[in-house]
Order: sequence, then structure tokens, then C-alpha cells
Amino acid sequence: METTAHTAPPASKIKVSQLNFFYGSYQALTDIDLNIAEKHITAFIGPSGCGKSTLLRTFNRMYDLYPGHRATGEIMLNNNNILDPRQDVIALRAKVGMVFQKPTPFPMSIYENIAFGVKLYERLSSGEMDERVEWALRKAALWDEVKNKLRQSGLSLSGGQQQRLCIARAVAVKPEVLLLDEPTSALDPISTAKIEELVNELKADYTIAIVTHNMQQAARVSDFTAYMYLGKLIEFDITDKIFINPGRKETEDYITGRFG
Amino acid sequence: MSTTALYRRRRIANFVYLGISLLTVLFGLFWLVWILWTLFAQGLGAINLTMFTQTTPPPGSAGGLANAIFGSLLMSLLATLIGTPVGILAGTYVAEYGRRGWLAPATRFINDILLSAPSIVIGLFVYAVYVANIKHFSGWAGTFALALIVIPVVLKTTENMLRLVPDTMREAAAALGAPQWIVISSVTLRAARSGIMTGILLAVARISGETAPLLFTALNNQFWSTNMDAPMANLPVVIFQFAMSPYEDWQTLAWGGALLITLTVLALNIVARVVFAQKSSNS
Repeated sequence: METTAHTAPPASKIKVSQLNFFYGSYQALTDIDLNIAEKHITAFIGPSGCGKSTLLRTFNRMYDLYPGHRATGEIMLNNNNILDPRQDVIALRAKVGMVFQKPTPFPMSIYENIAFGVKLYERLSSGEMDERVEWALRKAALWDEVKNKLRQSGLSLSGGQQQRLCIARAVAVKPEVLLLDEPTSALDPISTAKIEELVNELKADYTIAIVTHNMQQAARVSDFTAYMYLGKLIEFDITDKIFINPGRKETEDYITGRFG
Repeated sequence: MSTTALYRRRRIANFVYLGISLLTVLFGLFWLVWILWTLFAQGLGAINLTMFTQTTPPPGSAGGLANAIFGSLLMSLLATLIGTPVGILAGTYVAEYGRRGWLAPATRFINDILLSAPSIVIGLFVYAVYVANIKHFSGWAGTFALALIVIPVVLKTTENMLRLVPDTMREAAAALGAPQWIVISSVTLRAARSGIMTGILLAVARISGETAPLLFTALNNQFWSTNMDAPMANLPVVIFQFAMSPYEDWQTLAWGGALLITLTVLALNIVARVVFAQKSSNS
């Protein structure tokens, strides 16, 4: 992977420049510049409160839900500044899906959980919807486990299955980018391994940004890694470079556990 | 040595606190059991078929409570039908839309006052603005008074149940691109639905025993009447009048009516618990 990255840098899907983010008067992100490569996995690591989740949540304007949260600067997606107030956030979120730290199945059946997002954008016949639900569940490697109980509540699944259901739900609307905010931090090691495997397969079709507290996970799944600290981007490079030969002393200290 | 002394002291303290807690529980239960015992002893004999088929009698002759039971059922039903949608929609506004601005906190504050307002105040209010203007008591007036009691109860439960839905659920739905009205109607209200149902049942239980607001509004009617624009019989006011009377057969009917209301409220509470327990365990 890193050889292709070395020889021909992949196209950028998201270009962040001079991004600042504020929770009221508190500045959570300062002058972030980085490019997220198309159909690759970019990991964000750093201690709690460093702003990695905040950064991820600017990519789908999640912060719009809360008063007093605002971002300045530029985030280009498909040559279109998504921070522009005229940006239609619903159209944006159709292109940029998100999976959260805790599994969040809706209080409805497994089938309806998947169909919920699709119905927002497309009018499908029931046959087409059945196909789409199966397709999404297969993509999330969940189909075989739930195919006989699609009408059961999504909350009846185990934590790991719920998280894959959430991934299927995000994939079902056919986004271009998937944002994963610590998707495995609430899961056991076996479920974590399944999700990591899945993320690796999804890379073929989607641009993926993942926030993680688990450095081994970043090293295992990602192509690029960004190390953040106190709202600043300290180092951003090919994952192998970050973990084997980091360019900055702070990055090395964090990765080797000598931080603080 | 000192650890065993400490251990013994903790055991004694634990014993004392446990004893005090148990005694207070027994104290509370004692009165409750006494009330129920008296109610059953006095009222059980009055419950028979006649009570449901005949209307309230003049003193000294046989009769039942049919007109009062019907009036209570009708007014409670209509009050619930009026008050529930208002309460749910207002509660939804306060919990979901009211995150910015002053209207939601103001509504919540006023609702809390309304929730704890003595029900006689509600009765007087409807009397002053409605009964005094049309110059006669009526079933509608009683219904409005009861609806005014339903609204704050349903509003409060709806708001509380919606607040229990984690924000991550709202974010997850919004992240799929759902506009706020879809997030609320198909995700958060759905997640809160069993709690809201419980709130409605408890509101019904609350109004089924209210006397004060009906005294000033529906008053009473000794005949069978389905006319909502005329005074309407209802159990609480009949109980009030019959229990205060010197006639023994009236007093017996009052006990029967009181037991009937108590059993209804008990049944509603049990249904509410079952609904809540079932829905929250499997969805």
C-alpha cells in the first residue's frame, strides 16, 4: 500500500485548509490543513480532547445541531466548500456517512433501520428495497447472521452486530465518504476484529476517516495517520512512516507511550 | 482490635438504618392497607348489577350509579382526547425544538406550576370563563376542566421521556441526512413511546378521581343524560354528595362508587406498568 502511496499520491477526496473550530468562545481546532485521500483509510490519533472527533464532525457538519458551535476556514469536498452556509447539509450527509462510538440502532426492526436512510433519498419499490437492504447487510458482513430475523428489533442484536448494523445503515444510502468515530471502543476484541476487517474491505469503494484511541488499530487498518494534540495537527503522513519513523518528537512520545 | 471495633460499629449502624427504613415503610403501608380495607369492607356490598344499570335514586328508594359512571367515562375520555395531543405536541416542542430561545424554558416553568396547581383552581377558572358566561353547568365545562389537568401531566412525561433518548440517537438519524421533523417523528418519539403511553394512562388515572374541578363545572345530574351541554352526573361529585348525606342507602352507594374508582385507578396503574415494562425490555 505505501509503495503506491509513495509513487503516485492518491487523489484527495477532502481538502481541509485553515480550519478553525469553536465551541462558543473555546477554540477546539486551530489552523488545520490536511488532505484525505480518496478510497484510502485515514486514521486520527491523539489523546482525549485533542480535537480529533471535533475534526471528524466538521466533515458532515454534525456540529450544526448545537447552538454556539461554528467552524471557519475551508473544507473542500468534490471541489465544493461544505462550510459554506449555502451548503445543503442534507445533501452533504447523503454523501458523507457517519458511524458513532456507541452503536445507535433506531427503535425499529433491522430491516427498517437500513431502509430509514434510503427512504430519505430514493423511492424504491419493495423489491428494490429488499435488494438494497440485503446488499447493505452483506457489505457490513451481517447478512448471514440476521437474514432470518429482519423483522426483529435492531436492539435485540449484540453490541458488535449493532455496530455492523449501523455501518450497513450508513452504507445503504451509498455515500462517498464514511466517518468512523471510535467505532470499536465499546466492543469486545472479536467484534473489533470483524469491524476492522470490514473497514479494510469497504476501502475499495469508500473514502474512510477513522478516529481511534487504539494505536494498534490505526497501524493495522489505516493508510495515512494524523496525530493531533491540543487542537492542532502535529504530524500527518503515511501510517508506516508515522509508526516506524515519526518525524516529530511529540508523535514518537505519544506512540511509544512516553507521553506526559 | 480497632478494626473489629470499627466493624462492629458499622454493623450496628447498618442495623439501625435498616430498622428505621423498614419501620417507615410499615408506617406508610399501614395507612394504605387500612384505607383499602375500609373501602373494601364498606364498598364491596354496594357493587352489584343494579349499580351499573340504574340511575342515582332519590333518598329511600333503590337505585344505582349508571348515570354517574357514564358521565365520568364520557368526560374522562373526551378530556383525554383533547388533552393528550396538546400535551404530546407541547412536550415535544419543549424537549426537541426548545434548545434555543426562551419560549421552551418559560413553557416548562409555567407547566410545572400548572402541574402542581390545586385542581379547585382549575375548576374555578373554567367556572369563571365558561360556566359563568353560558350561565349553566355542563358536561363540556367538566371536560375542559379535566383536559386542563391532563395537559400538564402528559406534557411533563413526554418531555422527560424524550430527554431520556440519548443525543447520539438524534445525531445518528441526522447523520443519515434526516431533517429534524423526521428525526423526531420516526426516531425519538418512537423511542419514547412506551413512556409517553404510561404518562397518558397516569393522567387518566389522575382525572378519574378529581372532584373539585367538576363541582364548579359539570356539577351533577340525578337523571340519565347524554347531553354534553347540560349538567352531567359523575362519580366523584356523586360520592361527595351521597357520602355527606344522612341517608344510609346513599352512603352505601358512595362507598361503592369510591371502590369502583379505586379499582379503576389500580387497573390503569397496573396496565401502565405492564406496558412500560414490556416495551422497555424488548424494543
